[in-house]
Amino acid sequence: MPSKRVTKTGNEIFAEAMRQINPDVVAAYPITPATEIVQIFSQFVADGIVKTEYVAVESEHSAMSACIGSAATGARTMTGTSSQGLALMWEMLYIAAGLRLPIIMAVVNRALSAPINIHCDHSDTMGARDSGWIQIYSENVQEAYDNLVQAVKIAEHPEVRLPVMATTDGFILSHCLEVAEILDDETVQKFIGEPPKRPTIFDFENPITLGALDLQDYYFEHRRQVAETMKKSIRVIDEVADEYAKLTGRKYSFFESYYLDDAEYAIVLIGSTAGTAKDVVDKLRNEGKKVGLMKIRVFRPFDYLRVRKALENIKIIGVMDRADGLNSFCGPLFSEICTCLYESEKKPALMNFIYGLGGREVREEDIETVFEELFKIEKQGKTVNTKYIGVRE
Amino acid sequence: MPSIKELAKRKEKFVSGHRLCPGCGAGVIARLVMLAIDKPVVVGCATGCLEVSSTIFPYSSWDTPFIHSAFENVAATISGAESAYKVLKKQGKIDKDIVFVAFGGDGGTYDIGLQSLSGAAERGHRMLYVCYNNQAYMNTGIQRSSATPRGASTTTSPAGKVIPGKLQFSKDIMSIMIAHNIPYAAQTIPGRWNDIVNKVEKAINTDGFSFINVLSPCRLGWPHKPEMAMEITRIAVETCFWPLYECENGKYKLNYKPKEKKPITEWLKLQGRFAHLLKPGNEHIVEEIQKEVDRRWEELLKKCETS
Ligand SMILES: Cc1ncc(C[n+]2csc(CCOP(=O)(O)OP(=O)(O)O)c2C)c(N)n1
Ligand code: SF4
Ligand SMILES: [Mg+2]
Repeated sequence: MPSKRVTKTGNEIFAEAMRQINPDVVAAYPITPATEIVQIFSQFVADGIVKTEYVAVESEHSAMSACIGSAATGARTMTGTSSQGLALMWEMLYIAAGLRLPIIMAVVNRALSAPINIHCDHSDTMGARDSGWIQIYSENVQEAYDNLVQAVKIAEHPEVRLPVMATTDGFILSHCLEVAEILDDETVQKFIGEPPKRPTIFDFENPITLGALDLQDYYFEHRRQVAETMKKSIRVIDEVADEYAKLTGRKYSFFESYYLDDAEYAIVLIGSTAGTAKDVVDKLRNEGKKVGLMKIRVFRPFDYLRVRKALENIKIIGVMDRADGLNSFCGPLFSEICTCLYESEKKPALMNFIYGLGGREVREEDIETVFEELFKIEKQGKTVNTKYIGVRE
Repeated sequence: MPSIKELAKRKEKFVSGHRLCPGCGAGVIARLVMLAIDKPVVVGCATGCLEVSSTIFPYSSWDTPFIHSAFENVAATISGAESAYKVLKKQGKIDKDIVFVAFGGDGGTYDIGLQSLSGAAERGHRMLYVCYNNQAYMNTGIQRSSATPRGASTTTSPAGKVIPGKLQFSKDIMSIMIAHNIPYAAQTIPGRWNDIVNKVEKAINTDGFSFINVLSPCRLGWPHKPEMAMEITRIAVETCFWPLYECENGKYKLNYKPKEKKPITEWLKLQGRFAHLLKPGNEHIVEEIQKEVDRRWEELLKKCETS
């Protein structure tokens, strides 16, 4: 397939993917470290390179509200944000999903206030994990591009019709130049196609009332449908990945397994830290240690069955959370891993590590520390107290 | 402007079966606004009495495309729909001329929705924003808003032994909207069908953002006799509490001048929320209210003369 290599930052590649997707409407509001995405995109609009109507709203709450109004008409609709912006959208995230509107959002992960901090962690999107949005995380700039392009097709799939966020790690990916391969415009357009038909508020022959009041007699059924759809979307995400792999040779799954098959010790994590962790795995493998890595790509829906299958034969697992649960026990990724292994006969030992909050650097030594902690655990079948990595206690 | 006969023959887009209280102004306003628009129309509605009473699943009173998303953001929601319309029309995916109307209560307009309203007005989306103004948060049980008039007793500004109802006068939303330099803003009542229909027609033929503030009697919150709903709005006009006026491209115009300005007590005495004001000892508050009504009226007359 026609493709080319480019050198771009995470923000530039998101903007580039948006240019190629050429959405009907973008409504967005600036926030570090996602600002550049909408700046670059506004220039595309100003130069007439895209057909998009750009709505420069006065807040992220209005950004998501305008996206909802736009998507309700059948228009292909996108936005982007980060941190406080995503937090301000919170109310509308649930509404976008509940109204089954396939909005596509580029999110740059950043810590949440207070204290105010502009650097990477996953607290912002983890806060939105139960909102009904599909969540796809990226390890590098290449994945950011691939994920955003696939997000369109997943969101609009007639059996899904749920909003999707594709994310990058703030600054680590958003502001770092990397080489990536991108498709040509035509191929992207062919891949995503015209938005499939769905009920809209521009149908005057069959007018719909969208956002009706559900009482005790219907609300539960409608929420149940969202839950069922989330389940069904697993198959669609796989199908879209297969189709994308045919185009690009890059095959994505819900997670990436790195030396997991015969691993006795493994780390599970999300995002750019996977790059560092892979280097450490390589190094320890060279020393003869049976270590591996699972990088979660799709966090919502969470593919419990396959994650369990991939992890249950491992003896000791360290789950690294770049967000704290502040629940006196563990981070959000740990909860999921713990839950999905409960059903397993062979219970690996589990330990949770909270790391990298507010952009705290994660070095190879930190990952080595995690493995060293895991090597100390002798018995399977229990969870060990959560440890904070790289913090002054 | 259509005659009442012509209006009566138009297809209703806000139909019966809703569960607004008998004597509620909101239903009359919705019906008149929809009748006045003889074109395909997309309606947005903020959370509030009108929305919850007209869209109880699986029923809907809206025989036209309708969207509700949340409380504070109907202007932003319709901004998105209107932007989609522009781009889809350019692509030839839509051929109709579509009108966009956003309904918000006074809470959704003066208070929690003021930011998104201001944003949409500043950006100049082509929509008609109708504030059906019953002067409190009725849907949640009659709490005060910044549209609640001075002296009114609400559940969060109750008349008590030491505090005689709401202490502040209402926010001047009309001036705020006009200060956005929008091409059309008007104030009206449902009790004069020709005034409201005329203003809606003007608004939807305006190329840009328009705003109409409509007094909406609430038989539970004011409270008043249900059969008095429309009459009460006319008395609001006769006392100059709620002048009928418009502002087109910065030019103010009074649409109706009472022959003889009635005292504010004529308005107050019809509603339970003001009952305490008419008791001995509170004469000074009634005086203050009268003074403020007079001041605002004079100010408006001046604007109409000089603009
Ligand atoms: C963010 C948010 N805050 C509060 C509410 C609760 N609420 C729903 S309607 C309403 C009051 C509506 O008042 P108004 O806009 O004046 O409309 P009315 O009910 O009087 O017609 C409130 C406070 C809500 N739905 N959303
Ligand atoms: S409470 Fe008031 S505003 Fe609400 S439906 Fe009843 S009369 Fe109408
Ligand atoms: Mg109200």
